[in-house]
Amino acid sequence: MESHSLLLTIVTFLPLLGVLALLCLRGQDHTWIRRIALAASLAEFVISLFLLRGFDLSSANYQFQESHPWIGQAIHYHIGIDGISLFLVLLTTFLTPLAILASWRSIHDRVKGFFISLLVLEMGLIGVFVSLDLFLFFVFWEVMLIPMYFIIGIWGHERRIYAAVKFILYTMLGSILMLLAILWLYNAAGTFDLASIERMLQSGSLVFSRSTEMWLFLAFFFAFAIKVPLFPFHTWLPDAHTDAPTAGSVILAGVMLKLGTYGMLRFCLPLFPDAAHRAAPVVGVLAIIGIVYGALVATVQRDLKRLVAYTSVSHLGFVVLGIFAFDPTAIQGAIYQMLNHGVSTGALFLGVGMLYDRRHTHEIKEFGGLASPMPVLMSLFLFICLSSLALPPLNGFIGEFLILIGTFHHHHQWASWAASGAVLSAIYLLWAYQRVALGEVTVEKNRKLPDASRRERTILITMAAVIIFMGVASPLFTRRMAVSVDNTLQQMTRVQSASREGRARLAAQAKARNPAQPPSRGGFSAVAERLVRP
Amino acid sequence: MISSFAEQVTNLQRLAPELVLCFFGILIMVVDPFVGAARKKSMGWLGLVGSVVALVSIRCAGVNPGAAYSDLMRVDRFSVFVHYIVVGAAILAILGSLNYLEDEGIQRGEFYALILFATAGMGIMAGANELITAFVGLEMSSIATYVLVGFRRRALKSNEASLKYFLLGSFATAFFLYGIAMVYGATGSTKMDAVQAVLRGAGSSVPAIAMLGLALIFVGLGFKVVIAPFQIYGPDVYEGAPTPVTALLASAPKAATFALMLRIFYVAFGSAGHLWFWAIWISAVLTMFIGNLAALAQTNVKRMLAYSSIAHAGYILVAFAASTDLGIAAVLFYLAAYVLMKVGAFLVVTHLGQQGEKRLELQDYAGMSTKQPVLSACFSLFLLSLLGLPATAGFLGKFFAFQSALDVRNPWIVWLVVIAAINSVIGAYYYLRVIIAMYFWAPAQDYAPTAVAPALTTALVIASAGTLYLGLLPGRILTLAKAAADSLALR
Repeated sequence: MESHSLLLTIVTFLPLLGVLALLCLRGQDHTWIRRIALAASLAEFVISLFLLRGFDLSSANYQFQESHPWIGQAIHYHIGIDGISLFLVLLTTFLTPLAILASWRSIHDRVKGFFISLLVLEMGLIGVFVSLDLFLFFVFWEVMLIPMYFIIGIWGHERRIYAAVKFILYTMLGSILMLLAILWLYNAAGTFDLASIERMLQSGSLVFSRSTEMWLFLAFFFAFAIKVPLFPFHTWLPDAHTDAPTAGSVILAGVMLKLGTYGMLRFCLPLFPDAAHRAAPVVGVLAIIGIVYGALVATVQRDLKRLVAYTSVSHLGFVVLGIFAFDPTAIQGAIYQMLNHGVSTGALFLGVGMLYDRRHTHEIKEFGGLASPMPVLMSLFLFICLSSLALPPLNGFIGEFLILIGTFHHHHQWASWAASGAVLSAIYLLWAYQRVALGEVTVEKNRKLPDASRRERTILITMAAVIIFMGVASPLFTRRMAVSVDNTLQQMTRVQSASREGRARLAAQAKARNPAQPPSRGGFSAVAERLVRP
Repeated sequence: MISSFAEQVTNLQRLAPELVLCFFGILIMVVDPFVGAARKKSMGWLGLVGSVVALVSIRCAGVNPGAAYSDLMRVDRFSVFVHYIVVGAAILAILGSLNYLEDEGIQRGEFYALILFATAGMGIMAGANELITAFVGLEMSSIATYVLVGFRRRALKSNEASLKYFLLGSFATAFFLYGIAMVYGATGSTKMDAVQAVLRGAGSSVPAIAMLGLALIFVGLGFKVVIAPFQIYGPDVYEGAPTPVTALLASAPKAATFALMLRIFYVAFGSAGHLWFWAIWISAVLTMFIGNLAALAQTNVKRMLAYSSIAHAGYILVAFAASTDLGIAAVLFYLAAYVLMKVGAFLVVTHLGQQGEKRLELQDYAGMSTKQPVLSACFSLFLLSLLGLPATAGFLGKFFAFQSALDVRNPWIVWLVVIAAINSVIGAYYYLRVIIAMYFWAPAQDYAPTAVAPALTTALVIASAGTLYLGLLPGRILTLAKAAADSLALR
């Protein structure tokens, strides 16, 4: 294992090396800045593929672990991956070079700053996925906001400043509550180490009362729900997406939204299983509302990019639903759907960005009949739409199907409501495609638009190839997730039973000490409990 | 009482930083008249040398901890830690003033002498083990800063600020003195240990007079650290003062006064903690809300930073309210972090204000990043640190403050932390707004950037390196802060 021991650190911090190289260049040297950024991100992708080789599918433990003391005794630099985070890391390293390639021509202003921001962002995202120390996790979680803030605010479109501020304030509000919950966990457990806290919870040496557990769950969940975004916390998303530059949207939709669902899977479920079960009915309903509402709102958008943004609300609703079904198949589907959404929606944004590069607008009515001047670009775009609306046998289908089967086992109604989202997605995407690409050319300017350049073709064909691959070769992915997903669910059961025993023990002790008093419950926690009780 | 020669030497050694500061202050005053008007800047360098020597002498005093001058002063890890903060802030302020005074045409030797005297006063406050001594330190630092605030004699705002600060400050010190009298009346001593012993002996029936005295002391010191409800004067004074003086004013006196407050509240009145807890709690809530909400409405960056320093005093009070060893360590760590980022931010404002402090409005910062990328990056670092972004000093300051407070498990403190957390999100908006102006707005046309002088560059490098160091590798400073807190608690 020694040979692997540094691999994850290298994968995490390699983008910084690229940043250093970029800092050495002069600001006007645009070509070289682009080349070096691309080279750094490609190298990063290739190196991250080694993670696949060394990954042991049968192990439920975290792999490629590294742990060094950082601040005092309590805070460690502890990283590692399991079947849940493995592919999310790969998704990040895969999308970043494409995002860089997509910004090749569209970014002219302050080029150096842009690519530095992208690489720092990549480092932050990977850092979040690999952190196994709550403090480290929080550092990466917050640090990655800043490059995104700059990407939206400097290189975005018309309402970029509004979008950037809304994005960052929303996220900070969520994360500050999570910080308090992390501190609370630390004061209770005496460590920030995720694995140790998990062990303590399973062995029953760390027990939270029902209301404390619910509070902690809610603090974490709120931060993640904003990030996902789960209805009704989604309002920052359309603005941020619409006004971000293409690369920003790709990373935002492709990877950043997954941080929320990843966080639920990594923290909310295994650490607070009881609260998660109690909250599940509410979360499920919110997820279904998100699926249907996102789809309906997407249907009526006049702005193509905003439309794609709303599809994220809908698709991520599926993921949350899958996670909170507490079923191995559904959770596998949810993770798979995270990857699919990253690829498909990333590709959709890339396509929309290519249209924007040509016409500098996202208005659907400005397009129309684009298939005749740009046959290649539009047929690839159609292919991506089909993937996004979950056409079998493309990737989107597998994810949604697994989620629906898994959910159906436990909640028939949820599954049937959610299935309507699949139908709606066909409506909004195909209708949008029809208005953009089919029929006569409606706007005179569009007649002379150039078809996809070689660079654009490379991007879209890569995407299409991955879409097909993920559609037909899904077992290659799910096999690697299975053990970790099962482990998470088993861990939930163990923590639940341990905390049930622990609470009974504490109650018995309290009774022995003070037999007359009924168990008291604070006013606020009583309200919170009532809110989430089925 | 005849003290031996050895004892005298020890006394001198333990008081070394203050002696060095005063010596150089007096030296500047003596030499100044013989230096031509064109070469007054050399007085600044002399002041810088003085403060650096003082910084070294802190270590010299620290190796031999103990009481000095019949226990009027104490050298312990706590006072050493605060000394480093205070003298460090003075060094940064002097580095920032050298060219500022030149540009404003008010280069005078006494400016630097006053900074050194003020710093000496703050050093005394940090080490005072007796209330009258503390009062002397407080007056020394206050009177020097009254003059410094009004140093731009021809600027109306500077005069106004000086007068306001002087009048209200005199009231506040009078309150402090009256409080000391009450405490003496109730306990028969002005020494911290003696007060502590008497109050411990009284158990839960703390004499009302002593508590009244403490309340008056709280008023006097609360004024100096600019916490609500004594914060009204703060922004006016901070805005009117020459910007390097604001940098000093917002950092060093706060650190020294918080140190004194810790000694008085936590050591002398430690057994009455349940009685003063609410004063701190309410003041913390008010301070945070007033500081942050008022800062939201500012368009003047200097004034905005002034309100932000009020808000930060509120966060420090959160750890103060915890009143545990961990809480004290958190206060000390916060102070170190706060001084670095705040002085850094004000020094950037010093430079960008240009001659006559003309360019202080938010729109003057528009598009600065294209013209001065390094300075903008520096300023962003300080602002993000003030905001509390991880990997910067400000985050860890808040982190330890909140952690120490949550550790207490008192539901009221938990609420206090929640309020502080909400406040730091409110605060995010106005810090980000400056970054928006610098990076997202189109550049202002009339802006002609000026080169950053080497002295100021040095100060900014120190401040930003410190901000990052405390943010990434806080272990060493945190250990020192914990040791300092222990030394305070052990007595």
